Amino acid sequence: MNGVHDMGGLQDFGPVRVEKNEPVFHADWERRIYGIDRSLRAHGKWNLDAWRFEIESLPPVDYLRMTYYERWLQINCQLAVKHGLLTVSELASGKSDPGADKYKPALTEEIAMRKKGRSIPSSFDPSVAPRFEVGQRVRARNINPATHTRLPRYARGKVGLIALDHGVYLLPDSNAHFKGEKRQHVYSVSFSAREIWGQQAPEKDTLRLDLWDDHLEHA
Amino acid sequence: MDPTRRNVIAAAGVAVAPSLSVAGEPAHDHGHDHDHSDVPSDPALRVKALESLLVEKGLVDPAALDVLVDRFEHRVGPRDGARVVARAWADPAFKQRLLSDTPTALVEMGYNADQGEHMMVVENTPQVHNLVVCTLCSCYPWAILGLPPVWYKSAPYRSRAIIDPRGVLKEFGTDVSPDIEVRVWDSTAEVRYIVLPERPIGAENLNESELAALVTRNSMIGVGKALAPGATA
Repeated sequence: MNGVHDMGGLQDFGPVRVEKNEPVFHADWERRIYGIDRSLRAHGKWNLDAWRFEIESLPPVDYLRMTYYERWLQINCQLAVKHGLLTVSELASGKSDPGADKYKPALTEEIAMRKKGRSIPSSFDPSVAPRFEVGQRVRARNINPATHTRLPRYARGKVGLIALDHGVYLLPDSNAHFKGEKRQHVYSVSFSAREIWGQQAPEKDTLRLDLWDDHLEHA
Repeated sequence: MDPTRRNVIAAAGVAVAPSLSVAGEPAHDHGHDHDHSDVPSDPALRVKALESLLVEKGLVDPAALDVLVDRFEHRVGPRDGARVVARAWADPAFKQRLLSDTPTALVEMGYNADQGEHMMVVENTPQVHNLVVCTLCSCYPWAILGLPPVWYKSAPYRSRAIIDPRGVLKEFGTDVSPDIEVRVWDSTAEVRYIVLPERPIGAENLNESELAALVTRNSMIGVGKALAPGATA
């Protein structure tokens, strides 16, 4: 989706502001929504890609106005309703609906302590063949889906070189919409800064993007 | 967002989610120095109401939540990354393993990539200066750097790090000669990048823990360099 989240190359947001001695969390509610988010995701009703798309789908004005963890609060409410963990009336009343199901937490203290498993399947699965080889010239496809994609706008249509093959990962573009776990190779693709930004860019500078087979075509 | 869904969500809100539409504070730019706990407590009240509802429904376990928070607030952070960098500076064979197969080298040091993300260490050299960003969201090597700082997740950094990396570096006090390639890594997949900064001159005789003290978070994101011996962050 060509959303406001796709920020690469936008201008006029001002200087990067660094807070000295920044704490990990700025308020107790940030701690709690962080933990709530992880705990709800552990129920397995939505995957990380769907979670990202929910954030990207916030109305642009809200996205820009909200702090990072305000977005988390917002989308956890939305996802919990969409996926049937909470109802609209429960959110409104702050109380469980009469007769509603009682769940068992998916993430208990014990599981949280020893949770070290991989939540995003990724591997060097030999049954999935790569479409491209290291050293090959590729063009990032010019696609503009209204759905989730990890191919940023600034790279579309640009030509680069396959620098590394990272192995096999699920394609987020379909996984975010629960349309199957499409397994594909992901490559580190090297673009010259001038290919992306034109002659204003320093000659030697480069960008690296991690892109899936579906994002690329031969060039 | 489709209008039906927006209405449902907008209707969803009194106790937990009252401002699901656009009401509320004016634009609020982050990365500044005020105390966020002084901000009017609307989100604080909503999160409290949400947690109490989720606990009542059995959807979250408050003790598990404490454990999750504690992990990234107190146990995992940039000091972990600094240990890895210091080991790489001190031990050339480890450095080779770290660069060629980061996850395995991290396991060797007792770390696990808990998000299922492949970590990859990229090395600064006299020819290449690496810089890490996530233009689309906030991807960051949590497992050895902890949670990212606010500025890393902010619009100014995400928008400018790729189109004006040298300008951003300058704001962090880092000058990179035009003869050196600035290589920006946009974390668009599940690979998480950590920069191995150059070992500062004069650090040849330091031990690993002395070396680790020179490794800043900024130097592992690539916006800074490692500290010179005797300097402080």
